Amino acid sequence: MSNAPVDNGRRRFLTIATSVVGGVGAAGAAVPFIASWNPSERAKSAGAPVEVDISKLEPGQLIRVEWRGKPVWVVSRTPKMLEQMKEHEGQLRDPQSQEPQQLESSTNDYRSLRPEIFVAVGICTHLGCSPGFFQGNFGEKVEGTDDGFYCPCHGSKFDMAGRVFQSVPAPLNLEIPPYTFLDETTILVGEEKGVA
Amino acid sequence: MIGKLIGWIDDRIPMTRVWNMHIAQYPAPKNFNFWYFFGSLAMLVLVNQILTGIWLTMNFVPSAEGAFASVEYIMRDVEYGWLLRYLHSTGASAFFIVVYMHMFRGMIYGSYQKPRELLWLFGMFIFLALMAEAFMGYLLPWGQMSFWGAQVIISLFGAIPVIGDDLTLWIRGDYVISGATLNRFFALHVIALPLVIVILVFLHIVALHEVGSNNPEGIEIKRKKGSVAEEDKPKFKFHEYYTNKKDIVDAIPFHPYYTVKDIVGVVGFLILFCWVVFFMPAMNGFFLEAPNFEAANPLKTPEHIFPVWYFTPFYAILRAIPDKLIGVAAMGASIVVLALLPWIDRGRVKSVRYRCGFHKWNIAGFVITFVLLGWVGATPQTDLKTIISQVCTVTYFMFFVLLFIYSKNEKTKPMPERLTK
Amino acid sequence: MMKKLLIGLFALSVNLLPNTVFAAGPSVDLMKANNDITDQPSLQRGAKLFMNYCLGCHQMQYQRYERTFRDIGIPTEVGLEQLIFDGSKVGSHITNAIEKDDAAKWFGAAPPDLTLVARVRGSDWIYTYLKSFYKDESRPFGVNNIVFPSVGMPHVLQELQGVPTAITEEVTEHGHTVTKIVGTQTDGSGELSDDEYDDAVRDLTNFLEYVGEPSRLESEALGIKVIGFLIILFILAFMLKKEYWRDVH
Repeated sequence: MSNAPVDNGRRRFLTIATSVVGGVGAAGAAVPFIASWNPSERAKSAGAPVEVDISKLEPGQLIRVEWRGKPVWVVSRTPKMLEQMKEHEGQLRDPQSQEPQQLESSTNDYRSLRPEIFVAVGICTHLGCSPGFFQGNFGEKVEGTDDGFYCPCHGSKFDMAGRVFQSVPAPLNLEIPPYTFLDETTILVGEEKGVA
Repeated sequence: MIGKLIGWIDDRIPMTRVWNMHIAQYPAPKNFNFWYFFGSLAMLVLVNQILTGIWLTMNFVPSAEGAFASVEYIMRDVEYGWLLRYLHSTGASAFFIVVYMHMFRGMIYGSYQKPRELLWLFGMFIFLALMAEAFMGYLLPWGQMSFWGAQVIISLFGAIPVIGDDLTLWIRGDYVISGATLNRFFALHVIALPLVIVILVFLHIVALHEVGSNNPEGIEIKRKKGSVAEEDKPKFKFHEYYTNKKDIVDAIPFHPYYTVKDIVGVVGFLILFCWVVFFMPAMNGFFLEAPNFEAANPLKTPEHIFPVWYFTPFYAILRAIPDKLIGVAAMGASIVVLALLPWIDRGRVKSVRYRCGFHKWNIAGFVITFVLLGWVGATPQTDLKTIISQVCTVTYFMFFVLLFIYSKNEKTKPMPERLTK
Repeated sequence: MMKKLLIGLFALSVNLLPNTVFAAGPSVDLMKANNDITDQPSLQRGAKLFMNYCLGCHQMQYQRYERTFRDIGIPTEVGLEQLIFDGSKVGSHITNAIEKDDAAKWFGAAPPDLTLVARVRGSDWIYTYLKSFYKDESRPFGVNNIVFPSVGMPHVLQELQGVPTAITEEVTEHGHTVTKIVGTQTDGSGELSDDEYDDAVRDLTNFLEYVGEPSRLESEALGIKVIGFLIILFILAFMLKKEYWRDVH
């Protein structure tokens, strides 16, 4: 047993230093465990942007494509649909699209890059069901309209720009995904132009 | 504030009491050496295996169709998946390295002797469970070695008379190793055996703390109550659970002295471990065998089948004997005889330091035998090696026979009263 | 290669299925590949060779184009244009459209997947194999291979190497004189010189080694940091232990 007095300061310093460095090490060791929960290369590959050919899209028609496992709608809106959308703005929760459910480029009256082509994620903002497309017979859900979307799960209603009507459970307008027109008849869903 | 919280908890579960009894005021001999690192290292590796194992199951697909591809998925597509996998595969080998060292420590210092027989037995059960765990885990990547290694080992049960064939069929759940085998091995590997191992480790530590640690001198630090003069007692405070029953000499509290010492051991170990994980995870084919990078093919046996290195000493005993049933029996006996060590060794002196010269030579011979068996079991069989394995099988068992004989009236060296230094 | 060897006796004792030998072959001294997976231009040339000459039959079903391009320094657009021939997306696995059953009919066995071939056989084996084809009219494709006797594959790099013929030597073994193949010699009709061919094969081997373990370089880069950190922690822990143990000693 040495007779040298215990140097408490040195002891405390070494204890703290070892603890701090050891703690950093433990945090570092946690990194691979945490990072491994990120989407894998497979998930990223499956979630890559999807090209949609709209050359065969008839006016008034809706086609569904899968992007990141979610249904994405592409609708060709007729002039009548575009016209009607202005008439029921008073019945909507967020007619001006103030909530960030779309990118800057789609924050307009039509919630789209081009008025006649509407692209949206077809998942209800309430609890994640996919609403149905009522073409010509939406009047039975909302008087004075012809077309719109109706969610079968809890009865939420959306107009032809995916804007939610008042007094339904869904709180927000349908989400508009980032997308780009590659040419006149091809849309790339999942990527905005110039934004990789 | 913190004191209040601790008080609140202590009123409900014995947190502080357990901490003091088993860590802060637990008396440990003051002379632990290098060999005493391996207990805490085994614990570290166990934690590593459990954590990385849980994370691997998140992406592993336990089916004959998906297993191999899912391992490659982990290696390539999952972020840091390669690291988790290498930590787990390297951990398996590291586990056996530290456990073999730990067992060797017990042998040279007589840690299995009275009153630590049950402690040794729990240890042997851990070793058995660990072998089963490693064997089943090795099937999961579903490579050629996984498949054919399992085929060979399971076929060993066929050596059992009468029920052998039905038993192998039952274990496989099919006529060959198949998805059914993979699924049941997966269940046992990730749930059943880890649970058993954790429970056994707990019992191992409970048994250790009841009898107290042995030490390199093999001199008990717990003495009859009242036999130790006050000035000979250590200046440290030990828990009354120990001091009420016995007088304690030459001991130090586990914490902080052995916690800080074990941290040094742990970090030193991690340096070596990480070096393998990051730079040579296959360890030249010893930790990950090359044929296992080819998906299992039931129609094509690889040229060279043999178990992973940690099984090779026992495997060599099996191969040394030209009769299948006797070979399997000998392999089983080689493990059972280890478990019986507390009763085979009839000596009263524990540490090799104070035992007869012949005991030292006997242990040295045993180590050489074990290493030779491991080498022979992992390399090509030649006529010479068959002879070596047969000689080593004899010397393996002779260690125990000789120990039984000479330990009865062994001429030992005089033991000091107290731990030196 | 010689590290792991036969345990035939045991295999027999448990009555394993007949051993259909796969490239067992006589023990041939392998040539050193001397490839370097940090050499990106070499990996890029190897990838190009693989896509042009191997992918028609052999897949890399666990490896993705995108990751490969990223790791070996090929811009995505360049890769899409020059290295993906079947219109696959950049995120897809490196596969071909060959039917397994058809392939088995043509070659006697389905061409093996090559993702992990370097881990199974080693780089030196691949390098030697690609340099060991020789003309042998008795074989279906007119070629045989020194390290892989009775190989079921044509010499697809013949247009690069030229037609190789075997160099034989009379050797006395166990009192008998036998003819042994000790090497090959090309007729010079290929596009590449001998040295250029060696380099091309080395590049291809290099690429296969990379694909066998794409995390290798990342692992070593991270490993240096981890071990450096642990050494610092070790010094601190050692000083801490010394400090506390002054109470004991």
